[in-house]
Amino acid sequence: MANEYELNDVEVWDGNFAASQALRQAQVDVVAAYPITPSTPIVEGYGGYVANGYVDGEFVMVESEHAAMSGCIGASAAGGRVATATSSQGFALMAEVLYQASGMRLPIVLTVVNRALASPLNVRGDHSDMYLGRDSGWIQIDAFNAQEAYDLPLCAFKIGEHLDVRLPVMVHQDGFTTSHKAQNVYPMKDQIAYNFIGKFVPVDEMLDFTRPVTHGAQTEEDWHYEHKAKQHKALMDSRTVIDDVFAKFKELTGREYKRVETYMMEDAEVALVLLGSSVETAVLAAKQLRDEEGIKVGIVAPRCLRPFPYDLIRDALDTTSLKAVCCLDKSAPGGAMGALFNEVSAAAYTTKARPLMSNYIYGLGGRDFAVDEAKRIMKEQVAHANAGHITTDIQQFSGLRGPKLGFFQTRRG
Amino acid sequence: MSITGSAIGTDKRGIRELGGEEKLGWDEVEQGVVLSSFDGSTENAAFLKPEEREYSDFNSYTATVASWRIIKPVYNRDICIDCQNCWVWCPDTSIISRDKQMLGIDYDHCKGCGVCVEVCPTNPKSLLMFNEASDNDAELAGWPVKEKKEK
Repeated sequence: MANEYELNDVEVWDGNFAASQALRQAQVDVVAAYPITPSTPIVEGYGGYVANGYVDGEFVMVESEHAAMSGCIGASAAGGRVATATSSQGFALMAEVLYQASGMRLPIVLTVVNRALASPLNVRGDHSDMYLGRDSGWIQIDAFNAQEAYDLPLCAFKIGEHLDVRLPVMVHQDGFTTSHKAQNVYPMKDQIAYNFIGKFVPVDEMLDFTRPVTHGAQTEEDWHYEHKAKQHKALMDSRTVIDDVFAKFKELTGREYKRVETYMMEDAEVALVLLGSSVETAVLAAKQLRDEEGIKVGIVAPRCLRPFPYDLIRDALDTTSLKAVCCLDKSAPGGAMGALFNEVSAAAYTTKARPLMSNYIYGLGGRDFAVDEAKRIMKEQVAHANAGHITTDIQQFSGLRGPKLGFFQTRRG
Repeated sequence: MSITGSAIGTDKRGIRELGGEEKLGWDEVEQGVVLSSFDGSTENAAFLKPEEREYSDFNSYTATVASWRIIKPVYNRDICIDCQNCWVWCPDTSIISRDKQMLGIDYDHCKGCGVCVEVCPTNPKSLLMFNEASDNDAELAGWPVKEKKEK
C-alpha cells in the first residue's frame, strides 16, 4: 500500500505539479512516458512518487511518444489504470496511437500541456496540439488554471472508466501560463480523492486467463463502420456521465464544472467564445467593460471540447439579447476559418437569435493576449451589433505585426 | 473442404468461409472490437487439441481460407520419417501432427507457400506442390522415385 502524502488545505502548485498529484492520488498503475516541454514535470513527478513509495505503480521509460501511448495501450488492455502526459511534437507523434486507444475503448488519461506545433519550432503555449486531437475519438476536457489542472484529471478517470463510457480522456492545460504558473490549489486528502474515483474495474482485460480475448483486431468494409458508429455513440452519450461526475465532484468539493462554462450571459448583447487560460483574461475584461462603459459582454468557454457540447453551446447563445459573437481560435487555422468558430457557428445557426458570428485567430506560439486587446475585440462586437452586420473581415488576427490581415466579408443585399 | 487426417465430430475447423459470419448492427458489435476466442469454457484449453476446443466464430480456426491458395502440398505417408521439420517451419500451423506423428495438411488454413516441401529432408520428398485442382490420389500414384546422387 502506498504511503500517504501530507497535504495542506491550501498548496501553492503550478498546473504540472497539480496534475502529477492527481495522477498520484488516482494510484495510476502504469505511466509510460517520454519527456517534452512543457509537460515533463507531470510524469517526472509521478516517477518520483513511485520511487518514494507514494504510489504503488510502474513508470515505464520508452523511446518516443509513439511508444509511450503504445505502452499505455498495452497496460490498459492488460487491465490497469493508466495515464501519461505530453505536449506539441510529442502529441503529434502520438497521434496515430491515440486513435487506437479510443477505438479499443481503453480509458487512458492523457494530461496534455498545450503547446504550439513546429515549424517554426516553439515551446510556448497555443492550442495546435489540442486541436490536433479533436477527431481522435477521445474525450477532451480543458483546464483553465492550476486548480482545474488538479480537479479535472480526477474527474477524467471517473468519466473514462465509467462502464457506459470506457473511452480515453485528455485533460488539457495551457503551456506555461497554466503549467508553470504557481497558484493556490485546494487539494483533497489522498483517501478522499481516491474514493471519489474508485477502484479500477477492468473490462475484457488480457490478464484474465479464463477468457482469452483478441484486442486490436482488423476489420474491413464489412465491420469497420459499425464499430466506429458504436464508438461515436459512446462518445456522444458520455455527455450525461460527464455531467453526473461533475455534479458528484461539486458535492464533494464545492467546485462546480460544466461542459460549457458561461459568464454573464443572461443579459449579454455581445459575447466571446474561447478556450484555456485566456478565458480568465476575457472574463476580467468583460467585467471591467460592464463597470466602465456599461457594455453587456458575456463569455462562453467550452470546458469539454469533445464530445463537442453542441447542446449547451446552443443553449448559451440562444438568448434574445445576444447580437454578436466572436470565436477566438488559438491555433493556426491552416487555410480555413478557426475550428472553434466553425463548430460554434453551426450550433448558433440553430438558435432563434442567430447572432452575427466572427472569428479571431490569436495567441499563436504564446503571443500574449491581454485584457486591453480582449476589450477592443468586445467593442468591435458592439459595432457589429449596432450596424446589424459584421463591419470587419469575418476572420481577423489579433496581436499580429504588419499590415492588417483578414478574410471574407458579409454579403449584404 | 477435404480434410486430411482424422477429424473429430465436434471439430469446428473451417466450418465457415472467412467473412461468412453473421453481420451484426452497430448496437450489437463488441465494444472495442474485443474478440473472444472461445464460446464455451476455456478450462484446460491449453491441454486440449485444437479439434476439441470450443472456438468462437471470431477465431481464425473456424474460418476456412482455402480459396486463397492456388497450389497445394500433397503429403505422402509412405515416405515420411516423422522428423517434424515441416511442422516446425509451417508459418500457418497447417501441418497436423499428433504425438510426433505426421497426420497431414490442414487445407483450411494452408496458403500453399511450399515451405514444408522445401524443408522436407527425405528422398524423394514426402511433400510436393501440385496445382490446387489436381487429384491427391492421382498425384500420390505418380509420386517420383528416389533420386540417385550424382558423383
